Formats: sequence, C-alpha cells, structure tokens
Amino acid sequence: MSAKVLTVTSGKGGVGKTTVTANLATALAMSGKKVVALDADIGLRNLDVVMGLENRIVYDLVDVVEGRCRLRQAMIKDKRQPELYLIPAAQTRDKTAVSPTDMVLIADQLREEMDYVVIDSPAGIERGFRNAVAPADAVIVVTNPEVSAVRDADRIVGLLEAEEKTAPKLIINRIKGDMVARGDMLSVDDVLDILAIDLIGVIPEDDRILVASNQGLPLVMHGLNGSSAGQAFRNVAMRLEGQTVPFVDLTAKQGFMSRLRTLVSSN
Amino acid sequence: MSWIERLFGQKETSGNVAKQRLQMVLIHDRSDLPPGLVEQIKDDIIDVIARHTAIDTDKVVVHLEQDVQENRLIAEIPLLSTRSGRRAPNGQRATTYH
Repeated sequence: MSAKVLTVTSGKGGVGKTTVTANLATALAMSGKKVVALDADIGLRNLDVVMGLENRIVYDLVDVVEGRCRLRQAMIKDKRQPELYLIPAAQTRDKTAVSPTDMVLIADQLREEMDYVVIDSPAGIERGFRNAVAPADAVIVVTNPEVSAVRDADRIVGLLEAEEKTAPKLIINRIKGDMVARGDMLSVDDVLDILAIDLIGVIPEDDRILVASNQGLPLVMHGLNGSSAGQAFRNVAMRLEGQTVPFVDLTAKQGFMSRLRTLVSSN
Repeated sequence: MSWIERLFGQKETSGNVAKQRLQMVLIHDRSDLPPGLVEQIKDDIIDVIARHTAIDTDKVVVHLEQDVQENRLIAEIPLLSTRSGRRAPNGQRATTYH
C-alpha cells in the first residue's frame, strides 16, 4: 500500500481548511479507504474538536517527533468510521517543534499502511505551512469568494510553484448561489480566471457545517440526504479517486424573480 | 440593486468591483512592485526624460499590465510641443516605453 499525501492549505485563516480536511478525510474513509487525518497546526489544534475526537487524545504529533511514543500510539481511531484515524497536533508547543524533514519521515511511515494521509495546514506561509506541504503528493488550496482570501490563495499558489510542487487543486468554499446570481459575490469562474488552477470542489454555504462542528460529527457523516455541502464534499472525494463528477451550478436553485434578474443582467 | 439599475448600467455589481480590485492587487503582488514604488519609478522617469525634452508631467501615467507570459511596466509620457510650448493637435502621444 502506498498512500497519497494530500495537504489542505489556504494562506488566509478561517476559510475552512479544518472543515475541508475533516470532511474530506471522512468521506474518503466512508468510501472504504484507509485514511489518516493529520493536524499540522501545532499550538492551535482544532481538527480534533471538528472530528469529535478531542477526549481521546493521549499522544500527539510532537510526541512522535520527539520519540515519546510510537507513531501508532498517536493515531486515534475513529469509532464511527473503522478506517479513519486522527493524529492530533500538540497544543502547548509551537511550529518549530517539528521540521519539514520530520513531516516527510512521518508521512513515509504512514504511506505504508494507509490509502490517504490528509494534512490540515495552519494558516500563514511560514514554518507551519512549510511543514504541512513538505510531504505532500498533492496540495488542495481552499479559498472563499472574497478578495482577501483569493489574494492569499494566489500567494500560496506562487509559493507552491517556487517549491516545484505539482499544480495545486482549488476548493472554493462558502459560495452563496443567490449572492452570485445578484452579482454581489465573486463567482466560481471569476475566481478561476484569477487563480488559473484546476478546480476540485465548490462547497456551498451551509448552516449545517456549524451544527456539525458543534456536535463534533463531520457533515458527511450526517446521512446522505439534505445537505448540499455534505454532497459537495463527497464529490471532492470522488474526484480525488479519479471519478468525473460534474460541478453543480449553485446559482440554479432560485426563485422566479432572481432568475429574471439574472436573465436581465446577462444581457 | 434592482434589475432596472443593472439593465441601464447605473451601478456596477460588488462582485465585479471585487474582481477588478483583485486583479489590480495581484498584478502588484505577483511582480513584487507595490503601488507606491511604481509612483516613485514614475517620478524618476519624469526626472530623466525631462532632462532631455519637455514633457507634460501631469499627464504621465505609469502602471503595470499583465498577460499570460509576463508582467509589463507601461509608461505613457506625453511630450509637449517644442515649437510653441502648446500641446500638439489631436493629443499627440509620446512614445510608450515597454
């Protein structure tokens, strides 16, 4: 077995890296893959609470790096998904506790027994980012349809090019179809025009994301129906598996008036 | 905004404003030339050219442009007519330095 190592990063904080990591890792595990989610945000760990595994942490990433435990001991097994694991970040240390070389060594060990290693990168472009990206076979850049988030994503894309990583894939998170239709939000095409990288996911704004993180149960686990963001995450997982899944037109679900408005404005 | 405003082009949508602002800011980010530095370059260009010929300093424009291959610094430097000190008819443009 040789796992694919995916790093989820964004530059800007708060755009949804941890939510994407949790849901993507869970969706891949639900499709029968062996997956480990690795929190690289040392000092500000949160993947544990989003995945609802915070009460089961004994050892963390830094314990592994500093030899206080074996890698296997730091892997928390998700009871709801038999093939899903979490390696939490340390909470009371900083990014310098781990080096890019450490991350490559850990990822190489995980590759042997997993199908996917999904790494949640911290925000920023410094050491934590470089740690998270060092072992990546593929990088997923998350952005929101906002000027500040897209600008930071562009910076990340530039840095990844400089590191000669394979071309990153883009997830546009928190799109509101009605606002795009009104012309009050950057559209998927606008963002793609600017960043000029391949799209792998468009996640609609969805209140259930907050409900899911309140409960510590990633949205993709909430059953198959009724969640557009949940389905969008499952679609990303399928695309990662090489399947062709069409992108849903989020501006399509509108009432008569907003459709009329779109029609008029496109002339 | 209402569709009537949109129909008559009275107001630009905030989505378009966002896109244009992003494009401008990224041109500067990607070339590592902040807008203030471009202004300094403009002043320096004016000094150099003005040593050799009369130019319309108020109308000098220096900006960055971007296409697929490269970023370009574009300077438009209107020359003043040397004969009378008036501007030439039909707004004769100076050479554009690429």
